[in-house]
Amino acid sequence: MNAPFQPEATTLDLLPVGSQARVTSIGWSLLEESEACRLRHFGFDEGVTVEPMHLGPFGRDPIAIRVGRMTVAIRRRHAGAILVQPIR
Amino acid sequence: MNPLPLVAVAGSPNAGKSALFNALTGARQKVGNYPGVTVERHSGRLTLADGRPVEMVDLPGAYSLEPASPDEAVTRDVLLGKQAGERQPDALVIVIDASNLDNHLRFCLQLIELGHPTIVALNMVDLAKRDGLELSVERLSRELGVPVIETVAVRRRGIAELRTALDDMLSAPFCGVHEPVKSDLIHLQRRAREIATAAVISETPVRRWTHRLDSVLLHPVVGPIILALIMFVMFQGVFAWSETPKSWIEEGVASLSNLVSGAMPAGLLRSMIVDGAIAGVGAVITFLPQILILFFFILLLEGTGYMVRAAFLMDRLMHGVGLSGRAFIPLLSSFACAVPGIMATRTIEDPKDRLTTILVAPLMTCSARLPVYTLIIAAFIPNTRLAWGVGLQGVVMFGLYVTGICGALLAALVLRRGVLKGGGGGFMMELPKYQWPPLKDVVIGILTRAEIFLKRAGTIILGTTIILWALASIPQAGPGQKQSDVSIAGKIGRGIETVVRPIGFNHDISMALLPAMAAREVAVSAIATVYSIDSPDEKAGATTLQDKLQHRWSLATALAFLAWFVFAPQCISTIAVTRRETNGWKWPLFMVGYLFVLAYAFAGATYWTAVALGL
Repeated sequence: MNAPFQPEATTLDLLPVGSQARVTSIGWSLLEESEACRLRHFGFDEGVTVEPMHLGPFGRDPIAIRVGRMTVAIRRRHAGAILVQPIR
Repeated sequence: MNPLPLVAVAGSPNAGKSALFNALTGARQKVGNYPGVTVERHSGRLTLADGRPVEMVDLPGAYSLEPASPDEAVTRDVLLGKQAGERQPDALVIVIDASNLDNHLRFCLQLIELGHPTIVALNMVDLAKRDGLELSVERLSRELGVPVIETVAVRRRGIAELRTALDDMLSAPFCGVHEPVKSDLIHLQRRAREIATAAVISETPVRRWTHRLDSVLLHPVVGPIILALIMFVMFQGVFAWSETPKSWIEEGVASLSNLVSGAMPAGLLRSMIVDGAIAGVGAVITFLPQILILFFFILLLEGTGYMVRAAFLMDRLMHGVGLSGRAFIPLLSSFACAVPGIMATRTIEDPKDRLTTILVAPLMTCSARLPVYTLIIAAFIPNTRLAWGVGLQGVVMFGLYVTGICGALLAALVLRRGVLKGGGGGFMMELPKYQWPPLKDVVIGILTRAEIFLKRAGTIILGTTIILWALASIPQAGPGQKQSDVSIAGKIGRGIETVVRPIGFNHDISMALLPAMAAREVAVSAIATVYSIDSPDEKAGATTLQDKLQHRWSLATALAFLAWFVFAPQCISTIAVTRRETNGWKWPLFMVGYLFVLAYAFAGATYWTAVALGL
């Protein structure tokens, strides 16, 4: 995967607003049962495309993220459990 | 008796489920509670084409049959016929958002697997078109294996077709549901995406409305400013618009009590009806206009989709004390009155977050405390000017508000570290598309709240005010005796006096504390009664009362009394609504206990500091 022009893999909380990425893995063990359940309900899954849309005004937390056709708000801490590969 | 066929309306949050339910059933709705949980049961009636009545029930929105909240557990249990107080639904209407098929179809597939006779309402097709999405209903119906009907619930479109489809379905026999296959969410999600992709005829990418609005409303600088402006307008509305209807209610209560006084012979019974029931319930009902105006704003903010954005903006700050952004609006509402504030905590999903919010809500300075503050401040705080436009009296008033807010934040912090530790789904919310809610739905919501409030005023509050009246009136004073000395309340007052004397409270205050439980502002009239200001021109009594206070109270006592009122849970309605919302006496008793302890400690600290400073 480490082709020369491939941007580096990162976590969702570090992805800049407006840039798209593909979810490579989710650290389910870092999340509580109900949190993991909610993320799955929102459609977070390996392979889906995500895009941070807005940041909260204080401490840039929470983060509004586009996933599929939905926009959802999650806290920075939870976004940190989601590993992504930026597209382009 | 053969019960009516039951049709359940189910779907993911933000699918427009309640709007569809309102469109099908109209205003004839009943709101109850499922036994043992604080989940509301909304039901209504629908008449089919052949005149058969059907009962409809609006299930709480859920993302899947694996519950992540108490609401979702109710939805699952009703559908499986396992919910206490509910019969097995005979048919199912699944509502899905046409522009969010990928996600909503997952729950839809799970529901179809249960085997109820099912119709899918493909809702908000207008918004999907606006987003450049064109769908094939036939294809969707073929893939899902159930009838699919296009609807725009907020515009009442597709409702007649839906009713016809229900009519056909309920005529066919139905032979029970299957246990849900322990279906694998990932598999369902992939199947949902396949179907969603198959159903799309064409998609033109357009810049979405919601995104454009969000880039302003969620802007890091502009967003909070707009939120502050909206809150300002809301509070102006709650206080300014309620004045006139409030005075109507007060006049109505006054003329009713005159009417009863005139029609009945003087005596204990008349006193109970006029001084107990009418005065007590009347005092509480005057808050109805404020509560309804507040709920008008809350329903509007909720219906447009802005409420979630407000929570988004405030989440970080609320998170600092262990609350979620969702607690912001209920706490803000509590500045008007804790009762609607506590009722509004139903939007908080996490039970511990919700409970913490309920427990600290009474610390927000409600409007009923204003008469008490105003009287004491006017009597004891000199009206000196500290700076241009800044008076000492205003600063003290502001200080009382700030003390309440700080108290609430600290209490939340301590509660979250102590009795309400752990849990919490954090803050995970869908930001729904903006839309304009139909006025009719807002009106239905307001009427529902009014009904709940009036029912409580007619039961718990009526009961407690009569008890308070009885304590204050029995036994009757003989000639030459003062009623406040002989009554049971008077004796309790003397008991209270021994407890509160160390924190600087005198006889007058001790006597006023018990009656002030009915409503805080009653403290003013109760103190007036203790001074036996029973001259007929009582309206002019305010200045006299102020003079008397200045002569009989020290400044230290007055300040301690103010500190007491910042914290003390002097409000039967708040305790009653807490009991209702937490489904038991445990938490209201805890709330009363911790607030009285805080009130005692702060009043004491204030008194002793003031005395030490020689005030």
